Amino acid sequence: MTKFYVNGEPVEFRAAPDTPLLWALRDHLGLTGTKFGCGLSQCGACTVHVNGEPALACSIPVSDLQGKRVTTIEGLPANAVVKAVKGAWVDKDVVQCGYCQPGQVMAAVALLTKNKSPSDAEIDAAMDGNLCRCGTYPRIREAVKTAAAKLAGKR
Amino acid sequence: MKTTANPSRRTFLKATAALSGGLVIAFWLPGRRGLARAQGAPKAPIPPNAFLRIAKDGTVTVMVKNLEFGQGVTTALPMLVAEELECDWSRVRAELAPAAPEYAHTAFGMQMTGGSMSVGDSWTQLRTVGAQARTMLVAAAAAQWKVKPEACRAEKGFVIGPGGKKASFGSLAEAAAKLPAPEKVALKDPKQFKLIGKPTRRLDSVERIEAKTVFGLDVKRPGLHTALVAHPPVVGARVAKFDAQKVRGIAGVTHVVQTSLGVAVVAKNFWAAKKGRDALEIEWEAGPGATLSSEGLRAEYAALARQPGPMAKKAADPNAIKAAAKTVVAEYEVPFLAHAPMEPLNCTVEYRGDSAEVWCGSQFQTVDQAAAAKAMGLTPDKVTLHTMPAGGGFGRRANPASDYVVEACEIAKSVKVPVKTVWTREDDVRGGYYRPMYVHRVEAGLDAKGAIVGWNHAIVGQSIIAGTAFEPFLVKEGIDHTSVEGVSDTPYDIPNLAVTLHSPKSPVTTLWWRSVGHSHTAFVMETMIDELAAAAGEDPLAFRRKLLAKHPRVVATLDLAARKAGWGTALPQGRARGIAVHESFGSVCAQVAEVSLEKGEVKVHRVVAAFDCGLVVNPMTVEAQVQGAIAFGLSAALHSAITIKDGKVQQSNFHDYRVLRLSEMPKVEVHIVSSGADKPTGVGEPATPPIAPAVANALFALTGKRARSLPLGKTSWA
Ligand code: FES
Ligand code: FES
Repeated sequence: MTKFYVNGEPVEFRAAPDTPLLWALRDHLGLTGTKFGCGLSQCGACTVHVNGEPALACSIPVSDLQGKRVTTIEGLPANAVVKAVKGAWVDKDVVQCGYCQPGQVMAAVALLTKNKSPSDAEIDAAMDGNLCRCGTYPRIREAVKTAAAKLAGKR
Repeated sequence: MKTTANPSRRTFLKATAALSGGLVIAFWLPGRRGLARAQGAPKAPIPPNAFLRIAKDGTVTVMVKNLEFGQGVTTALPMLVAEELECDWSRVRAELAPAAPEYAHTAFGMQMTGGSMSVGDSWTQLRTVGAQARTMLVAAAAAQWKVKPEACRAEKGFVIGPGGKKASFGSLAEAAAKLPAPEKVALKDPKQFKLIGKPTRRLDSVERIEAKTVFGLDVKRPGLHTALVAHPPVVGARVAKFDAQKVRGIAGVTHVVQTSLGVAVVAKNFWAAKKGRDALEIEWEAGPGATLSSEGLRAEYAALARQPGPMAKKAADPNAIKAAAKTVVAEYEVPFLAHAPMEPLNCTVEYRGDSAEVWCGSQFQTVDQAAAAKAMGLTPDKVTLHTMPAGGGFGRRANPASDYVVEACEIAKSVKVPVKTVWTREDDVRGGYYRPMYVHRVEAGLDAKGAIVGWNHAIVGQSIIAGTAFEPFLVKEGIDHTSVEGVSDTPYDIPNLAVTLHSPKSPVTTLWWRSVGHSHTAFVMETMIDELAAAAGEDPLAFRRKLLAKHPRVVATLDLAARKAGWGTALPQGRARGIAVHESFGSVCAQVAEVSLEKGEVKVHRVVAAFDCGLVVNPMTVEAQVQGAIAFGLSAALHSAITIKDGKVQQSNFHDYRVLRLSEMPKVEVHIVSSGADKPTGVGEPATPPIAPAVANALFALTGKRARSLPLGKTSWA
C-alpha cells in the first residue's frame, strides 16, 4: 500500500504498486483532468505537480509517491498565479480542442510560481515538453506573458 | 476530407444512403428526438427544433451537429443562431448533438465533420433557425400585449413592444413554442451583422482549461471496463492463434476475446489491461504485407510514374513540351503520415442485447452509428451515438471503415459488460490508417522567354477512397479526385497541363489527413513553380502573378502576404524567404516563410499568412486555425514520417514520430483578406498546404538546393 496526498486528501493506494500515477488518478480516483497523450514522457498532457514541482504522471509509479503531495488540475488552489494563468488563457483564447490544455496550464503555473517574469527563452524551455497538436503555441506564449505581466502588476 | 466541389450533392446522397441504409434531410422538425423528449423536456424548450432550446431562465442552447475537435464550431455555429435570434450572447451555450438524421449535412444527407465545411453548411440553416425562433418569440409577445408583431422587436434576449413593454425570451419561451414555425423568414444583410465578423472568444474556454470537459477518454459509466487490443504488428496480418494463459493470472483482467482485427484484453482498469495485453502470446499470419517496405514502394512508385496511366487531365497539345527551350524534370516523394491527435482513439460501448449506447468523438456520426449497429447485429435506430468532444482528429475520426468503433462494439457484444477501448500512442502511430505515401514526377517545359509551354505531371499513390463505400461515387474512370486535387484544378494558367494518376494497392490502410490531397499536391506544385521561376530568371512572386492573371482572388491573397512580409526587402545574413500560395476548400492561403539553418537544422522564424476564407464569421477562430494549420503542416514539413520495413511500422510514439514543439513554432502573422464575400468558405484546412512549399522555397533561396522530399529534416541542408 502506498500512502500519498492528492489535492490535499490522503490516499491509500492498494492496487498494483507499479500503476502509473496517471492511471491511479484517472481509473482509481476518478480524476480525469490529467490527460493521457503518450505514456512515455513525451507530450506533457499528464503534467501534475508533485511536492510543487511539475511532473509527468504517466511515468511515475505510485510506489514512488509514498508521503508525497500531488496536485492535479482539479486541485489547483485559487491563488494569484493560478488566477493569472487561467485568466490569460481565456483572454488570449488559447484553447482549440483543449485536450492538452490542462497539462499546459499545470506547466505554466509551475513556471510562473518559480519565475514571475520569464524571458522568451525561459518560456520556450519550460513549455517545450507540452505538445499541442492543434498548434496553440503562439497563444500559449502570449498567455504566459500576459499572466506574467499581470503578476508583475503591469496591467 | 474534401467534399466541396466534386462529387455532386446527388452522388453523396446516394453514398450516404448506401452507408446508412436510409437518409433523411430534415430541417424544421417537431422536437428533438430521443433524449430531451424522453427526459420530459422540463424547461419547455422553444422553439421545438432540433437545433435550439430556450430555457425559462433565458439560457439559449444551440445543438451543434458537428464534432468539436478544436476548430471552434461550438462557438461559430451558435454565433450564426444568435445573430438572427437577437439573444444575449452571454447566455448562449452549445451542446454536441448525438447521431440523428436531422443533423445531417444539408447537402450530403449524412452527419459528418470534414472538408472544412461546418460553418458553410450551417450558414443558412442556423441563421434561419435563429430568425424563425425570433419571429415566434416576437409573435408570442405581440399576442400577449395584443399589439401587432410589427410593432415589436427583439433585442439582447428581450422582446420590446410599444409603450416600453418588455418581456424576456425565457418568459416567452413556452408561449412561443406553441406557435407554428414561420415558413419564410428574411435574413439580415451582412451589413447589419452585430456578432458575425466580430472577434469572439470561445464559449468553452473555461471548462476546457479547468478540465471539466468530458472527452471520449473521460467517459465514466457504472461497471465500465477498459479494453486494449493487440493489433497486427505487420500490416494486413491476421490472428492465427493466441495463448491467454499468462494473461488470466493478472489481477483485474476479466476477459480475453478475439476481434476481427486482433485480440482484446478487457480489465477493470487501464493498467491491468495493458499488462494483460503485454502478456498475450499471439501467432500472426502475416500475409502479403510481410515483405512490404516504404523503400520498396518508393522504387515501385517511381517506376510507375514513368508509365502511362489513367489521366485526370489531358493536354490540348501533348507535343508542345517537346519544343521547349528548357525542360525541368523533378521527382518528389512524401511519406505516409499518422494523424496523431493529442487524445488517443477510444470508444465506449454499452451493449444491452436489443439496443446499445456508444460514446465517441466521431467525425462521421451517421457512418459510425450504422457500422456500430451492424457490428452488434442491431439496426441503427437502436444505437444511440453520443458525440463526445475530441482531442483533435485531423481526419482519423472520419473513417469510412469505422475501425475503432466497430472494434469496441465487437468487444462489448462479446463480453456483455460496458467497455471503453483505449488506444495507446503506440497503437495510434502503428494503427494503420495513414495519409498515403506519394511519388510525383513532373516534367515542365519553358520557351526561350521563360513562359511555360507544357507540363506533364504523374502522381502515384494509394487511393484513399478505393475499397470504401464511397468508391462508386468518388472515383471516376480510375481517378480518385482526392489524389489529384490541387494539381488538375490548379488556378495557374499552365498551357498543356497533363495529369496522370496511378493508384497502386497495398495492404496499408489509408485515410484523409488535414487538407487531404492538398497536403502533398501543394508541396509539389509550389516548389515546381518556384523552380520554374528560377529557371526563367524571374522573381518567384512576379512569376506566379503572371500565371494567375485570371484569378484576382489568388493574386490579392498572394500580394497581401508578400507585402506584409516585406517581400524583396533585405534580411539579416543567413536568412531567406520563400513564398507559396494554394487554393483549397474554397479558400486561398498564401504564406511567406523566413528560415535559417541552426547547426544544420532548419529553423523557421516567421510565417506571414494571408487568408481569403470568404465571409469571416469569427476572426479570432480564423486566426487560431491558421496558426494551428501551420503548426500541423510544419510538423509534417520538418519532421514526421511513417516508414515501413518488413511490413512493420518503424515508429511508435512522439520520440520517433516527431511533431512540432513550442520552441520550434515560428512567429505567425495572420492577415485576413477582406473580400466582401457573402458567404464563408473553408477555414480549418487551407492553411496547412502552403507551409511545406513556403519553407522549402525559402531553403532554396538560402542554400540553392531544391527540396524533393518530405520531411525536410531528412535532407542535409548545410
Ligand atoms: S502522457 Fe505523460 S508525457 Fe505524455
Ligand atoms: S488544444 Fe488541441 S492539442 Fe492542444
